[in-house]
Amino acid sequence: MFLDDKDFKLKVGLAEMLKGGVIMDVTNAEQAKIAEDAGAVAVMALERIPADIRAQGGVARMSSPKMIKEIMKAVSIPVMAKCRIGHFAEAQVLQSVGVDFVDESEVLTPADDKNHIWKRDFKVPFVCGCRDLGEALRRIAEGAAMIRTKGEAGSGNIVEAVRHMRAVMGEIRRITNMSYDELTSYAKNIGAPLELIIYIKENGKLPVPNFSAGGIATPADAALMMQLGAESVFVGSGIFKSEDPEARAKAIVMATTHYDDPDVVARASEGLGEAMVGLEMSEIPEEEQLNKRGW
Amino acid sequence: MKQTIGVLSLQGDFLKHKTAIENCGHRALYVKDRETLQKCDKLIIPGGESTTQLLLIDKLGLREALIEFGKNKAVMGTCAGLIILGNTREHLPSDPLRLIDIKVKRNAYGRQVDSFIDKIQLDLNGKRAEFEGVFIRAPKIMDLGKDVKPLGYLGKDIVLAANKHILVATFHPELTDNPVIHRFFIEHFA
Repeated sequence: MFLDDKDFKLKVGLAEMLKGGVIMDVTNAEQAKIAEDAGAVAVMALERIPADIRAQGGVARMSSPKMIKEIMKAVSIPVMAKCRIGHFAEAQVLQSVGVDFVDESEVLTPADDKNHIWKRDFKVPFVCGCRDLGEALRRIAEGAAMIRTKGEAGSGNIVEAVRHMRAVMGEIRRITNMSYDELTSYAKNIGAPLELIIYIKENGKLPVPNFSAGGIATPADAALMMQLGAESVFVGSGIFKSEDPEARAKAIVMATTHYDDPDVVARASEGLGEAMVGLEMSEIPEEEQLNKRGW
Repeated sequence: MKQTIGVLSLQGDFLKHKTAIENCGHRALYVKDRETLQKCDKLIIPGGESTTQLLLIDKLGLREALIEFGKNKAVMGTCAGLIILGNTREHLPSDPLRLIDIKVKRNAYGRQVDSFIDKIQLDLNGKRAEFEGVFIRAPKIMDLGKDVKPLGYLGKDIVLAANKHILVATFHPELTDNPVIHRFFIEHFA
């Protein structure tokens, strides 16, 4: 199976190294440095953070290679960048620039309304979002080396991230209790390859690391997602849209490491200033919800 | 006898090391504080991001305890763990632990697109073997102190080395199913 290919092993290997950490959205070299100094395991280089993409509207595309290169020069931790769903040429550019991970992301405007990128042909690893297990396994089958639950980017509201993580983890638990003869029709119903369903039955987990994204704004949000089964967290707008990004970044790193120790999370949550302003999901019209993008 | 091997689990692929230790028939313990560290016979510092791990070591006040542990008991470091145990401050937020006298260059082979898997040659105290080395944004050992012995090579590069208590690898033995390096660490270091 492709899971055993050397190239795939290398891609998943980097994802393994990012576990137990925080990946932070940054828009310039200065923010990248703040993120690194605060303990980020990687940064996501993008021109506008999701909250601003949401506010400003228009088509959101891959960031300029120049800006990504400046960030790569500024920090020693891995640098990720986003391409549009299905836009394999943007992904080729990002690979050529030398980013360490490509996020085929619903935060940008999709370039293909039916297909995602065939990620197995790339040397650079991909992370993709999902709302449920079927979507996660379709992305892995295409070659994604890391999955992140989508949440709702730029909302500052954790409810969608929780919904998606519970959906994925709940289905994994269900599969481990199924008998083999139930797996085929289950695979058909969720639109996922049978061989990956069998992997989950036998291993009780996804074949690639499972991170969380979309709405994390506080240390307790990070601790919540980690306890629900996330192996790392992405924080997008939550840091640089808050009152004191540096303090908040450090606090979220600490809460992610000690997610199961409420005393540490409590101490980390003190004196951070205001969190980003959050959006109630009912305030975001259905067609503007980013998590609905992806197929 | 069953040993208790701690895995520093502030950040990184600590789960993979835990599995490797258990596959060798020993007990693995996640270490995030001094109390747990004291319960361990040996310690592993995993792969991950060295800047992040070192920041957390300092913030949690673990530095002195780790140095004390490493002067008396065995510690293995893989990739980021090697950087943390080594002697080179460059690009790190604070001093590394300096428990083994090696000069290190971070990301010496390039970025993730340059990561690779290749056969390496082990020489474990006279026992020669081939091993699948997984190199991910790997560092290089640029220089060894007099008390440090090379134990593995990729071409001319030294990829595995040790002094009396400390074993370091620039690659990730925890990402392969071959337990030979974990077993070597558990059985031959004290």
